[in-house]
Amino acid sequence: MDKVKLKFFAAFRETTGQSELDWPLAAGQTAGDVLESLVVEYPALSGGVKSALVMVNRRYATRQTALQPGDEVAFLPPVGGG
Amino acid sequence: MIIKITDQPLDLQELIADVTTEANGGVVAFLGVVRRWNDGPDGQPREVHWLEYEAYKDAAEEVMRDIARQVAEKWGLTSLAMAHRVGHLEIGEPAVAVAVGAPHRGVAFDACEFAIDTLKATVPIWKKESWETGADMGQSWVVNKESLQES
Repeated sequence: MDKVKLKFFAAFRETTGQSELDWPLAAGQTAGDVLESLVVEYPALSGGVKSALVMVNRRYATRQTALQPGDEVAFLPPVGGG
Repeated sequence: MIIKITDQPLDLQELIADVTTEANGGVVAFLGVVRRWNDGPDGQPREVHWLEYEAYKDAAEEVMRDIARQVAEKWGLTSLAMAHRVGHLEIGEPAVAVAVGAPHRGVAFDACEFAIDTLKATVPIWKKESWETGADMGQSWVVNKESLQES
């Protein structure tokens, strides 16, 4: 089974109790597809992820971005730097 | 060009020195500091005890380098240095530092404002605030009003 690496930060890290996870990736799945499967596993994320930003391989992407095996995928809470 | 996320105290002078070149007649520096009072979700000010900053370090530095590229595209010959602290910060400690050098001061002011505004909207850094009101206390993740969000 192909996999992507999910990264979690701030409120999402606390909600999942994980900083990173290997996550199964089916052929043709987008970041949005992975996010849906993640919310099934972690229903407590469902409210927070509505406003979440997406990064793929440390670059901003969208829910429509197609994923490749081995990609590093992060769903980010709105930011608070500065 | 200094672009970094660090758990060490920030040194604004280091950033200023980085952008002070023979070509730059104007240098503008910005320091963002942890302040004692911050408004809660109800708009009422709360006393802040400390902040805890967390970054997606590699991505944050990449987005900061992208801000430097945008500054170069918009204003041409400018020098930019940016640093953001992570970890536990007390009141009065600098959390973010930006220095810009340009041939003339107008561009340096504009580019410095653009850099800090864009950092607050786009760089993947989060802060948890430990706060207290007369009646209540707690810890909350604080979101920038400028932040990009999925709408």
